[in-house]
Amino acid sequence: MTLPVDAVEALEAFQAVGSWEQRARMLMQWGERLPALADEDKVDANLVQGCESLVWLVGRLENGHWQFAASSDARMIRGLVALLLARVNGLSAAELQAVDLPEWFNQLGLSRQLSPSRSNGLNAVLQRMRTLSQTQN
Amino acid sequence: MLVPSPWRADFPAIATLQRQDQTYLDNAATTQKPQALLDAISHYYANGAANVHRAQHLPGAHATQAFEDSRSKVAQWLNAGDSGQIVFTHGATSALNLLAYGLEHLFTTGDEIVISALEHHANLLPWQQLAKRRGLELVVLPLNADGVIDVEAAVGLIGPRTRLLAVSQLSNVLGAWQPLETLLAMARPHGALTVVDGAQGIVHGRHDVQALGCDFYAFSSHKLYGPDGVGVLFGRNDALPHLRHWQLGGEMVQHADYHSASFRPAPLGFEAGTPPIAGVIGLGATLDYLSSLDPQAVLAHEAALHDYLLRGLKARNGVRVLGSPQVALVSFVVDGIHNADLAHLLTEQGIAVRAGHHCAMPLLKAMHLSGAIRVSLALYNDSDDLERFFEALDQALDMLR
Repeated sequence: MTLPVDAVEALEAFQAVGSWEQRARMLMQWGERLPALADEDKVDANLVQGCESLVWLVGRLENGHWQFAASSDARMIRGLVALLLARVNGLSAAELQAVDLPEWFNQLGLSRQLSPSRSNGLNAVLQRMRTLSQTQN
Repeated sequence: MLVPSPWRADFPAIATLQRQDQTYLDNAATTQKPQALLDAISHYYANGAANVHRAQHLPGAHATQAFEDSRSKVAQWLNAGDSGQIVFTHGATSALNLLAYGLEHLFTTGDEIVISALEHHANLLPWQQLAKRRGLELVVLPLNADGVIDVEAAVGLIGPRTRLLAVSQLSNVLGAWQPLETLLAMARPHGALTVVDGAQGIVHGRHDVQALGCDFYAFSSHKLYGPDGVGVLFGRNDALPHLRHWQLGGEMVQHADYHSASFRPAPLGFEAGTPPIAGVIGLGATLDYLSSLDPQAVLAHEAALHDYLLRGLKARNGVRVLGSPQVALVSFVVDGIHNADLAHLLTEQGIAVRAGHHCAMPLLKAMHLSGAIRVSLALYNDSDDLERFFEALDQALDMLR
């Protein structure tokens, strides 16, 4: 499976960083690139439960391809979500089912963000994405 | 160093954590353990484990002796004397749940249970759900601006319908001692039972349950430098008979046949199943260790560190301290910065602090906060730990602004 263009860019950028400061700054930059979520999507029904911050996630299949959109009031999780969307947006339903998302964050050098003790909500976001993709299949 | 800790080397994990570039400042969640505790648990397992209060064999006798010695040490630590019993549970949470289920039969519809707005979920949810089961009123005492239960408001809220008062001694979010003496004196004339959640209070200074005059006092061993999986419930002699047996099985029974049973009184009657024997023995060793320290020196050290922490935070732009913390911990937020972002960057720099709602969601909600960062201290922390924290905080704020 070939990586989406944004994912290739993310991978190159994150694999090149040396220090935690660079990684954190880059996360924030990716978060700022995340397109604004429409106000009508910022409703409780789209809130991901289990995050320390507010995270909204919506996703729909358009012409057989997934388009997710998300936002958060915290910057780091917004960056993590942006990296997630870079990997999954544009995938077909079958491709989304097949993608190993924890491995994706591992490749980015961000696997610690998925450890069970982290309450930043990335795990909850992945879970929510799985649920969304299953209900609309 | 401005505030060194003479007890730091007694806690081997601190050196290990330091080698991993970790600065441990999450002591209100759990504490590191003294070598004396590690030795005691190792000695127990290396010299013959056995169940307690059951067997006549020698290992059983040794285990039971050590287990009961720990009970006496806890009683001494609380100055319980002959005034009550020490029941071992699995933590403060399980002690408070034991009370909420074991006292349930005393309540009828319309009775009131009084708690405060700053309770940890462990001293909120058992009473909230008991109130739901029995159709009771859960009365929540408000706080003043300093994060202390408002005693003037309490005068109007504690009354003849109050059947039980359950309050924290020291807030795990606001770090403020609560006016227990005044509140207990308000509850007593109405015949209300009084429960003190000592989970945080027990760790700072010595507390005398006879002087306090509460009916029940609960705490967790692991916050007091002891093993986890062990809790303590002190019950006063005239309050304990109200407590019905809750968890059943094991040596808590006096006599059993297929269709009926009778149970032992406290403490054994409330220690169903095999208790955490090694943990209880370990707690005894921790109390021996703590008893060997100069209490005035420990108090002075904790006060100096807390002052250092509070001054450092207040000196920084945009930092807002929650309430008026007096001891042990400081919770704070930074204007314009999400606590989750700050927590992320502190974690990256090896600073172990707690972020979020601190198991007190309604309190944070009432303060219109989604969360806060909490720095909490122990006797092995020193001012270098706090300098590392401040450095990391400045770096994080610099990156986020």
